[in-house]
Amino acid sequence: MAKTIDGLYYSESHEWVKVVDGVGYVGITDHAQQAMGNIVYVDMPDVDDDVEQGEEFGAVESVKAASDLISPITGTVVEINEDLGDAPELINKDAYDTWIIKVNMSDDSELGKLMNAADYAKFCENEEH
Amino acid sequence: MNDYFKTCLYDRHIELGAKMSPFGGFIMPIEYDTIINEHNAVRNAVGMFDVSHMGEIFIKGEDAEKFVNYIFTNDVRLIEPGKIQYGMMLYENGGVVDDLLVYKRAADSYLLVVNAANIGKDYGWICQKQEGFKVQINNASEIWGEIALQGPKAEQVAVETLGLDVKDLPFYAFIETTWEGEPLIVSRTGYTGEDGFELYTSLEKTVKMWDVLYNDAHVQPCGLGCRDTLRFEVGLPLYGHELSEEISPVEGGLGMFVKVDKNDFIGKAAIVKQKTEGIVKKVVGIELQDKAIPRAGYDVEVDGRVIGHVTTGYHSISTDKSVCMALIEKAYATLGTEVEIRIRKKTFKGTVCKKKFYDKNYKK
Repeated sequence: MAKTIDGLYYSESHEWVKVVDGVGYVGITDHAQQAMGNIVYVDMPDVDDDVEQGEEFGAVESVKAASDLISPITGTVVEINEDLGDAPELINKDAYDTWIIKVNMSDDSELGKLMNAADYAKFCENEEH
Repeated sequence: MNDYFKTCLYDRHIELGAKMSPFGGFIMPIEYDTIINEHNAVRNAVGMFDVSHMGEIFIKGEDAEKFVNYIFTNDVRLIEPGKIQYGMMLYENGGVVDDLLVYKRAADSYLLVVNAANIGKDYGWICQKQEGFKVQINNASEIWGEIALQGPKAEQVAVETLGLDVKDLPFYAFIETTWEGEPLIVSRTGYTGEDGFELYTSLEKTVKMWDVLYNDAHVQPCGLGCRDTLRFEVGLPLYGHELSEEISPVEGGLGMFVKVDKNDFIGKAAIVKQKTEGIVKKVVGIELQDKAIPRAGYDVEVDGRVIGHVTTGYHSISTDKSVCMALIEKAYATLGTEVEIRIRKKTFKGTVCKKKFYDKNYKK
């Protein structure tokens, strides 16, 4: 079973957001990393790039395929996770401990369009059937 | 998932918790553990694959040799019974119907092992071409299962665990024997670049054999995920990617498997023309400088102009490099040529190289 963590916000495209002091940490969910298998490359934006809720901002690549990263929030990238350059498999090890980008959020109300942990768990279950 | 065929080992895959996906009309296991672990098991020890989706077509009769040589690009007269040849069946225009192995059982008896996705097409094609030849054609794909046992420890497992007398079986040779009272064909072949065997027997005994192998702690069950990464690294083609109705064997860099000096065969004129007049596109290897991964279908460019596309690409597990095979304009196919591959919004620099990214370790 894929894990979820309370207090995070989840998108239908399987990204999560954790908000700390107005900065959104964005990663992919445990469900997503399980579905993808071995992650071997993460294509990240540059610092200062703008990202928009619902828009693609990069990709996560497993051995077999590339999956677009869809931003769950709008704002400006303030940091990217440089560790993923050499160790993309960190996402497989702990998807929630491994953020991909940090975003200076421009519109907190967007979080209302995302799911909480319980709703996301239900969403994943329905998707499988 | 009900629209797909299941192999005789389907229940085993489900019990093992394999990730399943459609392939060639079948629902097949992609990975049991992870593609990387399974890939490494085959490179370093031994893995087993359910390849029961592959097709088995038997051709027998007085004209069998003449007929097989008419539909097949290699020359079965050149091998003894008990030996195997790789080659293709071609359309008149040189495009590929399928690539396949031909097992020579006797001068008048052959087994053709074809790709799962093409079984119906191949069987139809063969039947359509048999007019005037005294042959019997039997598509036995549904009654034969197949397990591929691959890796440097495959011989040890075949001998000790399955009790097979195959220690001295040469590469691309086979024996017909029995196992648990049923006919068994064992060939020293595979699709991974490692030593190994392909084992054909009844559906029931295929399941039994899988269980015996599974209970041998040495043997890692392997899915089609790593089958593709393994074959790719040693430059073996996959039908629909490096060979197809649109990509001839010459363009695919497999001209050595087309014997243009033998008597007439389907597609010969087109291949002779390609070999004498030259070709305009060719399958090459490309190594990227960056870690970004070139995937099938991505554009290959030179000075901003598209000169071809990627046919298969991975971040190679055995070499830790991003590499691909690509079908590009022949003018750029020289080793060392610098090209760019478009990956999403950016282009990445790459160099044309040999399409064998990892050395094969076949039995000598």
